[in-house]
Order: sequence, then structure tokens, then C-alpha cells
Amino acid sequence: MNLTIAWITARALLGRKRVLLLLPFPVLVVGLTLIAHALRPDAADQWGPVIVDGLGLGVLLPVTALIVGTAVLGAEIEDGTILHILAKPLPRREIVLAKLVVSAGIIGTVAAVPMFVAGTVAQSARFGLALAVACFVAALAYAALFLALSLLTRRPVLIGLAYVLLWEGLLGNLLASTRELSIHQYAVTLASRIAQTQLLHNHVGLPVAIVMSAVFLVGGTVLAVNRLSSFAVTGETS
Amino acid sequence: MSEVQLTGVSRWYGNVVAVNDVTMTLGPGVTGLLGPNGAGKTTVLHMMSGFLAPSQGEVRVDGRPAWRNPDVYRTLGLVAEREAVHGFLTAWEFVLASAKLHRLPDPAAAARRAIDLVDMREAQDRRMQTFSKGMRQRTRVAAALVHEPRVLLLDEPFNGMDPRQRLHMMGVLHSLGDTGHTILFSSHILEEVEEVSGTVQVIVAGRLAASGDYRTIRRLMTHRPHVFAIRSTDDRRLAVALVAEDSVAGLDVGTTGLTVRAGDYGAFTRALPKIALREGVRVRQLIPSDESLESVFSYLVAT
Repeated sequence: MNLTIAWITARALLGRKRVLLLLPFPVLVVGLTLIAHALRPDAADQWGPVIVDGLGLGVLLPVTALIVGTAVLGAEIEDGTILHILAKPLPRREIVLAKLVVSAGIIGTVAAVPMFVAGTVAQSARFGLALAVACFVAALAYAALFLALSLLTRRPVLIGLAYVLLWEGLLGNLLASTRELSIHQYAVTLASRIAQTQLLHNHVGLPVAIVMSAVFLVGGTVLAVNRLSSFAVTGETS
Repeated sequence: MSEVQLTGVSRWYGNVVAVNDVTMTLGPGVTGLLGPNGAGKTTVLHMMSGFLAPSQGEVRVDGRPAWRNPDVYRTLGLVAEREAVHGFLTAWEFVLASAKLHRLPDPAAAARRAIDLVDMREAQDRRMQTFSKGMRQRTRVAAALVHEPRVLLLDEPFNGMDPRQRLHMMGVLHSLGDTGHTILFSSHILEEVEEVSGTVQVIVAGRLAASGDYRTIRRLMTHRPHVFAIRSTDDRRLAVALVAEDSVAGLDVGTTGLTVRAGDYGAFTRALPKIALREGVRVRQLIPSDESLESVFSYLVAT
């Protein structure tokens, strides 16, 4: 793990205005949970799934992952500063790993804290913890996926958005078979297996959730390392 | 001693050939890569620095391939044309980070030395987004030099520098070249190359047009035919007289005046007034029509 790259990456992410985009969803999740709990404390089985699964795991987590995951490397590629990092005798996996750790760490934290609050209020501290763990595992898978996307395409945000909205959101509700390739579903399964709950309904088995999360993580990382090793400067030639 | 070697290197983008069968060897000293805009200089530099794969041929730095080989950056420093920097870092943080990424034994000392070399100590604690173009450029040079590379590649390094900074940077490149470093910088400005380097590689339309000592190449450039557009009170009469002149290589008589190709710039411009006076022709207009650098370059390609 290269601390210098991690430090530059974290400063780039947290120092930009883009970081403000990360705030509304956690605030919304915590705020809605507190309001719902104040109004209907004994009807958590009604509002719980909407907030925890629909808004939390279904929107907060993937949108945070999309914003952070595509920026850790994508922003540097876009503005050309990546050359300063690449023109060093560093194994490319070291660069990718540093980016991945920072990215997953920020995604996980931004998602896990409000989800812990929501889970604790809706059911129990154990459920809150289960959601936080699920968020961190999903953060790793999402981070690797979006990191790879930012090296595979010039429009990582667009394609990432299509994955989150169309594949996970729309198709995930219509076609059961698409859920096997949905990081959102892995998070649901993990959380509902760590803590018994009525608030989440998992559609994929635990082995699938664990193995597929690892596949996304390892596959995305390997792909990213490989693409970064043959990173070519394109565009203007003069 | 470090060398950069290009053997039969071509690079194309789809149907467009950006670099066409270039073979060159760069040794110690300062070399200028000269060519008009769009000639393929940046493409050549990107291939030398391992940021672009040649479509054909081989690029080697000290005998090792540049492409997909991060180890070349131990001996190679690059100052790219695109001036993007991590603007939220101070110059000191930026150069120090470079030193750390190179895993130098004493990164702080290396960063200090590099910053002093480009004369940026006073501004080193300011964020780079507040810098002028020239200051940013010098900081990038410091970052590229922090590990004392044997080979330094610079793409249009003098862009955006004021005359004093330019002079200073030229001094830095000179002293690096004199101490056995291999320095290559690209430029589309003839005078810049003249001031810094003794050796030039001229690239035009993706091809290596000339290569070698600057003075020899400049002589080629100055001895090329010069084209003048002339208007006078009697073009034909003047044309007849001019044909007898040694310095005139050819001429056309058109409706808009005379076009004269002169082999020797000096001799022709001295002779013209005398001839006009003798023939009683009044010259209304005399325009040297191919003084642009592009025409100099294209002449080189044609020879």
C-alpha cells in the first residue's frame, strides 16, 4: 500500500466541492429514520424496508460508490495529473491498490455510519452493525468495479449510473436472474444473515453473495492493474 | 551514459499516420526536437516516455523497452506539455511526493535540491493552483528532476515562461547537458532551439526531416530558394532584366505581378533596386512570401 498515493488521492477527493455531493443522502437516511421512528415507533416493519433497503442500500450506497469510485482515478485521468503518478518506477498494482483502499474506505464510511444509525433505530444495534459490515463489503466490490470502469471507458459515470439504475434498480426488480450480478443484493444478503431481520428480504444465497463480492473485487482490481499498465496518453498531439 | 533509441518507429491513429518510420538515437547533451505544430513531436515524446505504444518499431531507453515498463522512470524524467498538476498541493508537497514515489533514500533533501535548481524556493509553500504558468512549469521540471534522471524529456518547456524564466531554464538545461545528461526538448520555435542545443532532430509531418548539428541544418535552411512577390509599373520589362541575374532561379509573370524565386536572399535584394533603376521601372511592392517556419520545414522535407 503506497501511502503517498493514498494521501494525494484522499486530499484530492475530500478537498473538492464534489465531496459535498456525498452529504445529502446520509443526512436524508438518518433524518427520515428519526422522523419515522418518532411518528410510528412500533411500525418499523412498514417504514424500515423503505428506508434501509430502498433508500440506504439501494441509493445511498451505490450513488456514493459511483461518485467516489469513478473519481479516485477517473478525475486524474481526465485532467492529466495521472502522468505525475505514472511516471514513477512503481508497480501499477501498488497505484491501483492505494486508490482502491482510499475509495472503499470513504464509500464504506459515508454509507456505514448512517446505515448503522438507521438499523439501530429501526431494529437493534446488532442489525445496525450488520448493515455497516455489509456496506463495507459492498464498498470494496463497488470501488473495484468503478475503478476498472474509469480505465475501460471515457464515460465511467454514465456506465456506472446505468449499472446502478438500470441493472440493479430496474432489472433487479423485474428479472430475478439479474440479481446474481447485483452488488446491492449481496449487501442485502450479508446484512440479513449477520442479524436476523424482517426488514430485508434476500434473493441470493450467502455463498453467492460472498463469492460474487470477491469476484467483483478481484476481477475489477486485476482488470484495473492490467489497463493501467498499458495506459496510453491519447487526445491532442502537436 | 544513457541513450534513447528509436528504430523504425511509426504510430498511427486509425487512418492517420502521426509518426512515420522514425529512427534516431539520442545521446548525452541537449537535443532539440524541432517541428511545426502537429508534426508529431508530442507523439514521439510520448512513445519515448512509455506513454504510448509504437504501432511499429521499437523505442528503447538504455536498451530496455519504454512501453509497459515502469522501471524506465528510474532513469527517465518527463515534463509533459499538458500542464496539469495537483493544484491543491504546494510546490514543496508536490516535489516531495515525487521524491517519495521514487523511493529516494532522503526525499526531503532531494526535493530541496530540485526546488533550488529551478529557483522556486520562495514560492514553495504556496498551493500550485495560485501559480502562474511559468511557475507551474518550473515546479513540474523540479518534480521530473528530483531523482536526478540521466534522461530528461521536455515537451514545449518554454511555453508560458517570461524571458527571465526562459533564460534560467535554458541555463538549467545547458548545465544538465554539459554534465552528461541526455536532454531532449521539443519546440516549434527555431530561435529557442538555436539558443539551447547544438543538435537538432527536425520532424515534419511525422517524418524525420533532418538530424544533426544545428548550424549545418540552419545553413540548409538559409540557402533555400526565397520567393518574392513583386508589383511594379512594368512587370514584363523587369522580368526580362531579372532573368539575366545570377541570384534569380526562376520567375512567373502573372496578372497580379511577378513571382521571383531567388537562390540567394542577400544578392537578390541588393541587385533588385539597381536593376529597377537601370530599367526605369518603379517597384511598388516587394513581399518575401515564404518566411514562415512551416515553409522552412517543408523545404527541408522536399530536399
